Amino acid sequence: MIEYNLVASILTIAIVFGAVQGICAYSILAERKISAWLQERLGPNRVGPLGLLQPIADGVKFVLKEQVIPDHVDRVFYLVAPSIAVVTASIALCAVPVGRTTPAPVKPWTGTVAGEQQFLAQHGPEWKQTVEQYNDTYQFMIAPHLDIGFLFIFATGSLAAYAIVLGGWSSNNKYSLLGSLRASAQMISYEIPMGMAILGVVLFAGSLNPEKIIQDQADSGMWNIFYHPLACILFVTAVFAECNRLPFDLAETEQELVGGYHTEYSGMKFAFFFLGEYTHMVTTSLLVTLFFFGGWHFWGLNFDGFLGVVFKLIIFVTKMLAFIAFYMVIRWTIPRFRFDQLMGMAWKVFIPLTLINLLATLLVKHYGLPLLVLTPISLGLLLAAGWFTLVLPPEPQRSPIPFRPTSPTARTVMR
Amino acid sequence: MPVPPSDIRWVEEPKLGLAEMLYLPSIAQGMITTMKRIVQPKITQEFPEQRPQLPANYRGVHRLNRDEQGRVRCVACYMCSTACPAHCIDIVAAPSPWPDREKYPETFVIDELRCIYCGMCEQACPVDAIELTTLCDLTGFSREEMMFDKEKLLSVFDQTVQRGTDPVRTRGGRLGVASELPPEGGVTTSSTAQS
Repeated sequence: MIEYNLVASILTIAIVFGAVQGICAYSILAERKISAWLQERLGPNRVGPLGLLQPIADGVKFVLKEQVIPDHVDRVFYLVAPSIAVVTASIALCAVPVGRTTPAPVKPWTGTVAGEQQFLAQHGPEWKQTVEQYNDTYQFMIAPHLDIGFLFIFATGSLAAYAIVLGGWSSNNKYSLLGSLRASAQMISYEIPMGMAILGVVLFAGSLNPEKIIQDQADSGMWNIFYHPLACILFVTAVFAECNRLPFDLAETEQELVGGYHTEYSGMKFAFFFLGEYTHMVTTSLLVTLFFFGGWHFWGLNFDGFLGVVFKLIIFVTKMLAFIAFYMVIRWTIPRFRFDQLMGMAWKVFIPLTLINLLATLLVKHYGLPLLVLTPISLGLLLAAGWFTLVLPPEPQRSPIPFRPTSPTARTVMR
Repeated sequence: MPVPPSDIRWVEEPKLGLAEMLYLPSIAQGMITTMKRIVQPKITQEFPEQRPQLPANYRGVHRLNRDEQGRVRCVACYMCSTACPAHCIDIVAAPSPWPDREKYPETFVIDELRCIYCGMCEQACPVDAIELTTLCDLTGFSREEMMFDKEKLLSVFDQTVQRGTDPVRTRGGRLGVASELPPEGGVTTSSTAQS
C-alpha cells in the first residue's frame, strides 16, 4: 500500500507553509509596488535595498501593535474569525501540488475481493514494485494521493466564508455586517460556476486527483486551456470573486463600507485576515496553473532526475507567480462591479455558460469526437453569449423612487 | 449667467457592441493601458535626497529681514500679530536704540506649531520685515524648540539669503512709513496714503 514518510511529510509541511507565507508577505510588497508603478510612483523603497525588507518591517509592526478589542464586539467569535481565515486557507493548500508529482499507481478495478486477490496472485511482485517505486519518489505536495482532490480543496477553501461572516457579524458594526453579508452571498454564488467550470477538465482526466490531471496534460503536451478556453476564462473570473479581489471586492469596498468585514480589526488579527486572503490567492493561482496551464509541464523542459525536479518546481512556481501578477494588474484595470451586476453575472451568465460548456464536453467525450473540436465550440459559446446579450430586449426601466422632500426648504432634484 | 446654446455639447452614450458585451476585448485594451503606465517614467521626488523646487511665493518658515546695516528691520508695530488669525506672533516692543525709528522688537517670538502659514503677517507688515520662505521641512523634538525667537528668525534670513532661493521682497530697500516719527501736529491719513 501507499506509505507515508512522517519525516518527509513534516518537512514538506514546514517548507510549503514557510514558502507560502513568504510568498504572501512578498506579494503584499509586490501589490504595493505594482500599484505604485501604475500610478507613476516608486512604491516602498526605504526598508532594505529596493524596499525588499518591507514585509519584515510590516510583520514586526503587526506583532508589536497594541491588540485592540473594541468593547461592543462578541469576543469569542471576534477572536476566532481571523484564525478560521488562516486555517481554512492553509488546509485548502495542502491538497494542491506545488512541484513535481506523479499519480499513484492504481490497481485495475475488478469489482470483487476474489478478483482483487486473483490480480495480486498474478501480478503481485510487479504491483509491489510499482508501489515501492511510487513510495520512493518525493511528492511536492503535503497530502499526495488524495483522490477527492478538488472536492477537498473547494470544500475547505470555501469555508473561508465562515471567517468573513463571523468576523463581520461579531464586530457588531453595520458596515462589517453588510460586508460579510455581501461576501457570503458572493462566495456561495461563485462556488457554483467555479466548480462547474472545471468539470470539463475533470471529465477529460477521469479523476478529481490533481496529480492525474497534471500528468494527463504533460503526457499529451496539450494544456487544458487549448481545449477549454471558455472554462478557463470563467474559472479565472470566478476565482477573482472567490478571493474577494478587485473587481469583485464587494466585501471590503472602502468607498461604501469603510473597510467591510474587517473594519473593527487591527494589528495581528487584521494581518491574519490578510494572510488568509493572500494564501487563498496563492492556492487559486496554483489551481489555475494545474487545471488549465499544465502544472509543472513545459514543452522542451522535461528532464529526468534531479534537474527535472528542480525545473518542474521552478516552472510551477513561475506560472503561479505570473498569475498573482496578473491578479494585481487586473486590480488596477477594471473598476469594481455593482453588487447586483456581480450576482447577475454569476447566476445569469456564468452558470448557464458553464452548463452548456459541460454539455458540449460530455457530447464530445460520448461520441468520441476529436477533442480539439471543443476549442471552437468554447469560443463559439463565448461569442454566442455576447451576441445573445446584444439581441436581448432591453431591461425594463426601473421605476425611480419618488422623491419626497424631507423639509419644506429641500430643493427638488432632477432625476 | 446663462450658457449660450452654442457652448453646450450633448454627448451621446456610446452604443455597446459585441466587443463590449464580451468584456474581454475591453479588458485587454484596459490591460494595455495599465501596462503602458508601468513602464512610464516615475514622477516621484525622493524627498530628503531630492529637494523640491518650490516657487518663490511658497509659504514656509518665517524669517525676519535685516536692513543694509544688518539690523532687524522690524519696527514693532504689532501689525502682523494683529493680522495673525492664529495668534501665534508675540512681540515685546522697546524704545529703539537707533535714530531712524521709534520702537524695535525686544523679543519677537513666533509659535511655528500654531501658525497656519497663511501669509497674512507678510501682507500686513508695513516695512517688509517679516517674510515667509521656501523652507518646508520644519521639524523639532519639542514644543519649546518650535517657538522661534528673534535670533532664530534672523538666522533663517541669513540662511535663506545665503542659499539664494529667497531674495528679499522689499520695496526699494528702505523702511516704510510706519517707521517714521509722527509729524508735528498728529498723523494725517492723506499723507500716509500718499507715501
